[in-house]
Amino acid sequence: MTRSKSITSAAFPLRLVARLWGDRMSAVLTLVSIAILVALVPVFEWAILDAHWAVAAPADCRGGGACWAFIAAKLRLILFGLYPPEAQWRAILVIALILALVLLTLSPRLWGGRLMLVWSAGIAVMLVLMGGGIFGLSPVPTSKWGGLPVTLLLAVLSLGLAFPFAVILALGRRGSLPVVRGLSIFLIEIVRGLPLVGLLFVAAILLPLFLPADWTIDKLGRTLAALTVFAAAYLAEVIRGGLQGLPPGQVEAAQALGIPYWKAVWHIVLPQAIQKVIPPLTNTAIVMVKNTSLVLIVGVFDMLSAARSAATDPAWPAPSIEAYLFVAGIYFIICFGIARYSRHLETGIKSRSQS
Amino acid sequence: MTQAIEVTELNKYYGSYHALRDVDFAVAERERVVICGPSGSGKSTLIRCLNRLERHDSGAIRIRGIELGDDLRNIEEVRREAGMVFQHFNLFPHLSVLENCALPQILSRRTPRKEAEARARDYLDRVRILDQAAKFPGQLSGGQQQRAAIARALCMEPKIMLFDEPTSALDPEMISEVLETMVTLAEGGMTMVVVTHEMGFARRVADRVVYMEAGQIVETAPPDRFFDAPQDERSRRFLSKLVAV
Repeated sequence: MTRSKSITSAAFPLRLVARLWGDRMSAVLTLVSIAILVALVPVFEWAILDAHWAVAAPADCRGGGACWAFIAAKLRLILFGLYPPEAQWRAILVIALILALVLLTLSPRLWGGRLMLVWSAGIAVMLVLMGGGIFGLSPVPTSKWGGLPVTLLLAVLSLGLAFPFAVILALGRRGSLPVVRGLSIFLIEIVRGLPLVGLLFVAAILLPLFLPADWTIDKLGRTLAALTVFAAAYLAEVIRGGLQGLPPGQVEAAQALGIPYWKAVWHIVLPQAIQKVIPPLTNTAIVMVKNTSLVLIVGVFDMLSAARSAATDPAWPAPSIEAYLFVAGIYFIICFGIARYSRHLETGIKSRSQS
Repeated sequence: MTQAIEVTELNKYYGSYHALRDVDFAVAERERVVICGPSGSGKSTLIRCLNRLERHDSGAIRIRGIELGDDLRNIEEVRREAGMVFQHFNLFPHLSVLENCALPQILSRRTPRKEAEARARDYLDRVRILDQAAKFPGQLSGGQQQRAAIARALCMEPKIMLFDEPTSALDPEMISEVLETMVTLAEGGMTMVVVTHEMGFARRVADRVVYMEAGQIVETAPPDRFFDAPQDERSRRFLSKLVAV
């Protein structure tokens, strides 16, 4: 006791020494930390000190550190894929629109039917902007869409479209109608039992073989459908967890007040069920954002595929690490943002349940 | 004159358990009836059948002349006529107290928001918690929550109020504030059916006391006669176990 007291009251450098080396465990951890820092020195040299930030010709990047000049040169390709350069402003506008809608959605106070209308309108505008063909916009086929807008559109649309299906599946699985319950369980378990890659192959390659030849559903659309089905199964189980945690008295109170079933679901049941499952919901959202990168195996040109194809340019000496790091950075920003936002929501809920 | 509540030969089973046995029960308009009895006697089941939170297996229930059956429209109409207050309040925890009272009106009667909020404020004022309107249920005491729940039910302007053990989940010092609210309501002429163990309240407010045991109505009597000269052996035994009234 007296020893620790004398340490805490000592001068700062002395306290630091005591913290870092005070006992055997601290000493070991300090040594390990130093070893990790030393090992990171070459990484730091490669990424910052020896890096080429701007070069006159691709060949100047040979040798030395990271070639960030490559990212600058290929930024357009990585972010927008094969989208026609003269129409690129439309893709930029789509990204801005998605970000604006996401920002608008952050405040729970605005949640409701009206916000869903705004989203629907926004998505219609985005699809028109990306695809063109009307209002004097030059048409761009979906095979030319690529990069960040495709990644964001797939993530937002698959989660957004999956949500209502997930709610119906979750309610169905907990309901009293045996046929509906059986069907819900069957669908959820089938989809959860399949790998996403398998679903994507079925949607992109197998499905067109079975559909009539004149049924030309776009490949991007089919990929989105596969992602949606996949997300719906997982979201349904998350939401079911929230429904199970809801006291039966809540539904009884809504019934006793004469609130019709679907209105009670929308205003009373779902808001509470979702509040209870924000952490796993966040988890699913993050996983789905990253899952969109799997569409590259069926030839949809998302941000990761775009980065990969940019890295194959023979003019540049092996820049794939830089390209992947750059894309990883963007994914991290998106996923970390989702995680921070969910924590913000949880603190808001906590403050309401305590005086 | 039609009765507010008319129950004839009501039977209810939970699986093989016979929860209500041939119950006949009627409440006149503006009458206050207290139902008491030991736990498991079927009193909560009976009151929950009256607005179809529980489905009865045989017999008939008429609420202000509306036959309660599988017809959804009748069920909704009955629920508009009869408000209910629960043992555990069942306020909606994600909504403010004001919204707890306003939203149900909007959802089930399509009341315009302004009108709904004005009525919510009016009833919150009557149960004397208007100053808590902006708070969330979790921030209120048990007694305040139960008064908010009463206000919420009253906002639907019911003709009948059903109380299912409204004070059983409350700390002792909060029971009286809820009972006061209920007495005020009774004095205003509300038709009330109250399942409760508060015998003081029964004596003071009830027109009739109904004693239930094992799914049956054993005795029905005005409170003075029920407490001072119970007729049935079983009600005598029940009353002798209670602390002095």
